Amino acid sequence: MTQPAAQARDISKRFGRTLALDGVGITVAEGSTHALVGRNGAGKSTLVSVLTGLNRPDSGQVSFGGEPAPPVEDREAWRRRVACVYQKSTIIPTLTVAENLFINRQALGGGSLISWPRLRRRAAELLDEYAVAVDPAAMAADLTVEQRQLVEIARALSFGTRFIILDEPTAQLDGPAIERLFARMSSLREGGVTFLFISHHLQEIFEICQEVTVFRDARHILTSPVRGLSKEDLVEAMTGEASGLRTEGNRSPVAENSTPVLKVSGLGLPGQFQEVDLAIRPGEVVGIAGSASSGKVALGEAIVGLRKPVHGEVQVSGRRLRPGSVPAALAGGIGFVPQDRHKEGLVAGLSVAENATLPIAHKLGRFGAISPGRRRAVAESMITDLAIKTAGPEQDVAGLSGGNQQKVVMARALADQPSVLVLIDPTAGVDVRSKENLLDAVDRAAGSGTGVLVISDELDDLRPCDRVLVMWHGAVAAEFAAGWTDGELVGAIEGIGESSE
Amino acid sequence: MSELSAQLPAAKPKLQLARFRDLALVPAILVLLVVGFIVSPIFLTAGNLLDVVQQQTELGLVVLAEALILIAGRIDLSLESTVGFAPALAVALIVPASSHGLGVGLPEWTAIPLCLLIGALIGLVNGALILKLRLSGFVVTLGMLITIRGVQLGATGGQNLFDLPASVSYLGSATWLGLPASVWITGLLFAVGIVVLGFFRQGRALYAIGGNSDAARAAGIRVDRVVWTVLVLGGVLAALAGLLMAGRLGSVAAAQGQNMIFTTFAAAVIGGVSLNGGKGTLFGALCGVLMLGLVQNILTLAHVSPFWYGAINGGIILVALMLSRLTTGKAQD
Repeated sequence: MTQPAAQARDISKRFGRTLALDGVGITVAEGSTHALVGRNGAGKSTLVSVLTGLNRPDSGQVSFGGEPAPPVEDREAWRRRVACVYQKSTIIPTLTVAENLFINRQALGGGSLISWPRLRRRAAELLDEYAVAVDPAAMAADLTVEQRQLVEIARALSFGTRFIILDEPTAQLDGPAIERLFARMSSLREGGVTFLFISHHLQEIFEICQEVTVFRDARHILTSPVRGLSKEDLVEAMTGEASGLRTEGNRSPVAENSTPVLKVSGLGLPGQFQEVDLAIRPGEVVGIAGSASSGKVALGEAIVGLRKPVHGEVQVSGRRLRPGSVPAALAGGIGFVPQDRHKEGLVAGLSVAENATLPIAHKLGRFGAISPGRRRAVAESMITDLAIKTAGPEQDVAGLSGGNQQKVVMARALADQPSVLVLIDPTAGVDVRSKENLLDAVDRAAGSGTGVLVISDELDDLRPCDRVLVMWHGAVAAEFAAGWTDGELVGAIEGIGESSE
Repeated sequence: MSELSAQLPAAKPKLQLARFRDLALVPAILVLLVVGFIVSPIFLTAGNLLDVVQQQTELGLVVLAEALILIAGRIDLSLESTVGFAPALAVALIVPASSHGLGVGLPEWTAIPLCLLIGALIGLVNGALILKLRLSGFVVTLGMLITIRGVQLGATGGQNLFDLPASVSYLGSATWLGLPASVWITGLLFAVGIVVLGFFRQGRALYAIGGNSDAARAAGIRVDRVVWTVLVLGGVLAALAGLLMAGRLGSVAAAQGQNMIFTTFAAAVIGGVSLNGGKGTLFGALCGVLMLGLVQNILTLAHVSPFWYGAINGGIILVALMLSRLTTGKAQD
C-alpha cells in the first residue's frame, strides 16, 4: 500500500467568529485525480490554504507521502511538495513568461547575477518538456487564461512537485480549452502526477476524477469513488437536500404573433460579430451559446451598450436605442447582468442595498436625494425574492459569497422591472443552490412578460430557454428549440456538428 | 498538443515595443540637443552640458528613490521634505546656537552619516505606518511631508542655515577627475540601481511585488521586508540629494526641496515608470530627468521669461504622456 500523496486529518480552522473548517479530513491517493466539491462557503478554499501551507490550521495534521508537512515558514519545502493553480492568477503580468517561471530564483543557482539568455533557454526547455506552446519571451499579461494556467502548472512541476491543486481551473475556459486541459491532466496523471480538482461543474468531476470528497458547512460529508455515484447523490451531499436538480419551470408558451420586445437587426462589430438578427417576444427566454471566440459576449455587451456596434441597430419595444450607451439601454428598458461581477457588476465597499438599487436611485426620492427608508424597503424585498444570504441590506457586498454577490447583480438587473433582461454568464462560479435561485428569478421575470436573453456556455443556464442560438465565429450558426440534447448542442458550440463526448 | 501552437500571442513585436519604450526618450533627448544648438551656440559646450547634468543630480537622486518605490508598487510623497529636513536637522545638531543651531554641538564629521541616518529613519517610520499599521501609503507620506516640513520651519524659524560643516560644502563643490562629485555619486548610484534591478533576484523582486504582490508572496518573496527596505533606501537617497543641494548652494534653505515632488513624478512618469507599479526602468527614469533638465536649460538660453517655465514644463509632461500612449499603443494606467 503506497502512502497517500496528501493527507489532512482532523483539521479545524477558525477565522474570528466563523468556523471555516470543523475537524475535516481528506486523503488523496498517489496518482489519482481527486475532486473536492461543495457550495460556496463550504470550506474548500480554507482547506486549500491549509494544504498549501498558506494558513496554519488551529488543530489537525497535514502530511505528504506519509511525512508530516514542513513548518509554514519554510515556503521552499512546501513548494516542493504541493502547488496550487488558483482562480486568481499567481502570474505577474508585467514580467515575461520566462521570468515568471523562475520567479525569485532567476539566477538558476549560478551565483547571484541573472543571465537573461540562460533564463530564457531554461524556460524554453521547461515549456518544451511539458509541451506548453508559449513563447518564453512573451509578456505574461498577453497570455490567454488557458496559457496562463499551463505556465502555472509547468512552474509547479519544475519545483519537483507531483501534487497539484487546481482551484476551479475550468471556470474561465471555453469548451475546447477544457477538453485540452483534461487531456493534459490525463497524460500527467499517467506520468504519476496527483491532482486535487475543485469545480462547480459536476459533469467534469464524472469525466476526469476517480474520487470525490464533499464538504458542506465547514464539515466533511462524503468521500467516495466517482464510479457508482449518481449526480443526484452528489447534489444531495452538497446541498443536504434530496430534491437537488432543478425542476423545469412551467411557464405558459409564448404567444406566436406578439410583437418582439427586443429586436436586433444587422448588428455588427468588426472582429467580433457581424450581421446578427434577433427578435425576442415578451415572456420568451432565448439562449445564445458559443465558444469564447464566437463573439457571443461582445454581442450581449453591444446590446446593453457596453460596446458600440458599427453596423445595425437595437430596438426595445419598437424604439431604437442609441448605440454604445448604457444609460440609453437602461432607460429603454434593458436590465443586464454583465460577464464579470467583480469588474462591472458590483461596487465593493458599498452595501447590498446601494448596489442593488444603483440603477433606480433616481426613483427612491425626490430632487436627486435618496430616501434611505425607501431604499431599505426595496432592498429587503429584493433580498427575499432572490433569497440573498446577507446579514441585512446594509452589509458590504464584498463580504458575501460569490453566489450571493451574483444574486445582488441579478437583483440590480431586475430592479427597474425591465422589459428585456440580458444575462451574460449569469451562473459562472456560483454554487448549485444559488444557481437555482438565479434561474428561478429568470423564470419569474419571463413569466411576468420580460424577454430574456441568456448568453452562456452553461447547459444548465440554457436548458430553460425556449430556443437556443449557437454562434460560431461571429455569426448565428444554428438554432435549437427547447428539448435539444446535450450532445447536439455541445457539438454545435464546438463547430463539429457531432458530440465531442 | 499541436492545437495549442495556433494560439500563440503575437509576443515578439510586443516585446520589441516594450524594449523600445526604455529607449523611447533617447531620440527626444537628441532632438532637444539639436534644438538647443539652434537656439544658442553656448548650449553644446561641455561646460554648459555639465552644468545641466550637475543641476539635475539632486532631482536625479530623488527620482531614483521614487522610481524604486513606484516599481515596488508604492508611493512616497515625503521624499521632498526629507530633502530639506534631513540636512537641516543634521546641520542644526552640529552648528552652535548662534548659527541657528540647536546647541547640541555634535562633532563636524558626523554631518553626512547623521543626515543619511535621518533620511533612513523617516523611511523607517513611513514603512512602519504603512506596513505594520496597514495605513494608506499616499496619506501616510502626505502627512509625513507636511509634518517634517513644518518641524523644519518651526525649529529654524524660517531661517536658512548658512554655517555648513566642511564635509557638506566639500560634497557640493568638489571635482573628481574633472567631473563634479555630485555627478559621480548620482551616476554611480544609477549604475548600481540599473544593474541590481536588471540582474539580481533582489532587484527583480521589486518588479514582482509591484506587478502582483500576492503572487510575489506565494513565490516566497518577503514582500513587507523588501518594501520596507525600499522605503528606507528612498529616505537615504532623498537625504543624500539634500546634502548635495545644501553643499552646492552653501546653505540649507528653509524651503529646500519644496515642490520637488511634482517634478520627481513628472520625470519618473515621462521616463516610463508606471504609477501602478511593476513597470519601468531606472534608465528610463534617468532619461526623464535629463530631458527635463535640457528643456529648462534651453528655455534659459532662449531668454524665455521664467514665469513661463511652469506652463512649458507642464505641457511637456502632457505631450510626453500622449507620445508614449501612441508609441506603446497601450492605455495608460
